[in-house]
Amino acid sequence: MSLPRVLLGAGAGTMDHATHRRVHGELPPAARRSRNGRPVPLLAELSHAGLRGRGGGAFPLAAKLEAVQRANGRPVVVINGTEGEPMSVKDRMLLEALPHLVLDGAYCLADALGAQDIVIALDQSMGEGHAAVRRAVRERPEAGRRTGQPRIISVPTGYVTGHETAIVNFVNRGIARPMTQPPRISDRGIGRRPTLMSNAETLAHVALIARHGAEWFRTLGPPDEPGSALVTLSGGVRAPGVYEIEYGSRFDALVRAAGGLSEPVRAFLFGGYAGTWIDAAGAAPVKLARGGLSPLGASLGAGVIVALPRSACPVAEVTRVAGWMSDQSASQCGPCVNGLASIADTLADLAEGRGGRDAFTDILRWSDLVIGRGACAHPDGAAAFVTSALRVFSTEFDDHALNGPCDACARRPVLITPRQRSVVA
Amino acid sequence: MSLRIEVDPIKCEAHGQCAELLPERITLDEWGYPLIDDAPIPASLAGLARRTVRACPTLALRLRHVLHESAADVGSERL
Repeated sequence: MSLPRVLLGAGAGTMDHATHRRVHGELPPAARRSRNGRPVPLLAELSHAGLRGRGGGAFPLAAKLEAVQRANGRPVVVINGTEGEPMSVKDRMLLEALPHLVLDGAYCLADALGAQDIVIALDQSMGEGHAAVRRAVRERPEAGRRTGQPRIISVPTGYVTGHETAIVNFVNRGIARPMTQPPRISDRGIGRRPTLMSNAETLAHVALIARHGAEWFRTLGPPDEPGSALVTLSGGVRAPGVYEIEYGSRFDALVRAAGGLSEPVRAFLFGGYAGTWIDAAGAAPVKLARGGLSPLGASLGAGVIVALPRSACPVAEVTRVAGWMSDQSASQCGPCVNGLASIADTLADLAEGRGGRDAFTDILRWSDLVIGRGACAHPDGAAAFVTSALRVFSTEFDDHALNGPCDACARRPVLITPRQRSVVA
Repeated sequence: MSLRIEVDPIKCEAHGQCAELLPERITLDEWGYPLIDDAPIPASLAGLARRTVRACPTLALRLRHVLHESAADVGSERL
């Protein structure tokens, strides 16, 4: 079976449970899963599948599962559907359109781990998603039968509020801010119990592996990054939206699937606001996989690609996002608070033509200084975004430093920066 | 097995005493937050390192025993 996998049967509205079972087939009970005629436990199958997390970190799911199994206590399974990345809508779309695939994944992982409790973490702004997930939970045959019904949590909107330690902190103490690790949430998470948290899309892939097996999963993509992935493609393309790609496929094939470019494009942003800019000139043959992107210092992150049109001003776009990322700091770690603010303020001066002689070297020094010095990777991501922008848009930055704002500075933003809300409920 | 010093960036409030007590491993950035050299702490510095950890007003420092170079931690000291 080729693509689509996750998006199979997706259409307008929410797929109900009956349709979902018709499209994907029944979820086999744990005992009936088999490979070569021998029963295979789901956890072994997932380990063989080589599935990596789709929330941005690309962490192997099998390693998380092993950590939770090693820990003491009855685990909790969490669906992370918060999607704090402003240019990503794939998890929102998945939870609204195909909630049963995500629930399948969470329920069968809970069964395999012996977990009673399932928590579904959604961004508080996802009105449709909340309704669709609530309806889907009620439709399940498990409704009323399971002792612990899934608990739906409404997490404050923000860039770092959906970090896994922030969700644990929010559920335990009402504070949606990241925490220092260790302890890992796999050892001590929600209610101090071992916690397995996975991105919504990751769990949709789990649901498919539970049905079709690891070998099937591995028929797409390179061996070190098998399977397919959802990508939110936006900006200067004719049909922006969520696409399912095979890992390792060429970037220009995705652009073609989106109807091609709608206007000349200056550069592509890979991986969202913690991601990396790539000049449009060399982007077409790039392979959408770790092997293709890491030599460019890039990754797909949570599956986000933005085409920045030539008609937009990259300096204005980057400066606005850098300011927003600084505002999104949870204000806990000194290097993040001070470093991101210094970077954002100096970028703003540069964009206005008021930057001093040392503005560029200062920004690069601060970007280097904040890496690895927060409790979460927020400063690292913001720094990567800014340093790659200075590299790719050096002509535009030089021009603004010398001459001040350009005609395109005031255009309608391509990169959206949602109004900030409090990170504390 | 080797000894390393670590900071909890959330607890740290840039008092800066650590850099005065253990300049061999800790310097301060331009905002006063510690920059920690990840090199193993030799036995000759271990006593001083423990004193530095105890002296932190916000209890943001700790020592970690690291097994070989794999960074697999086998336990930490909160002194």
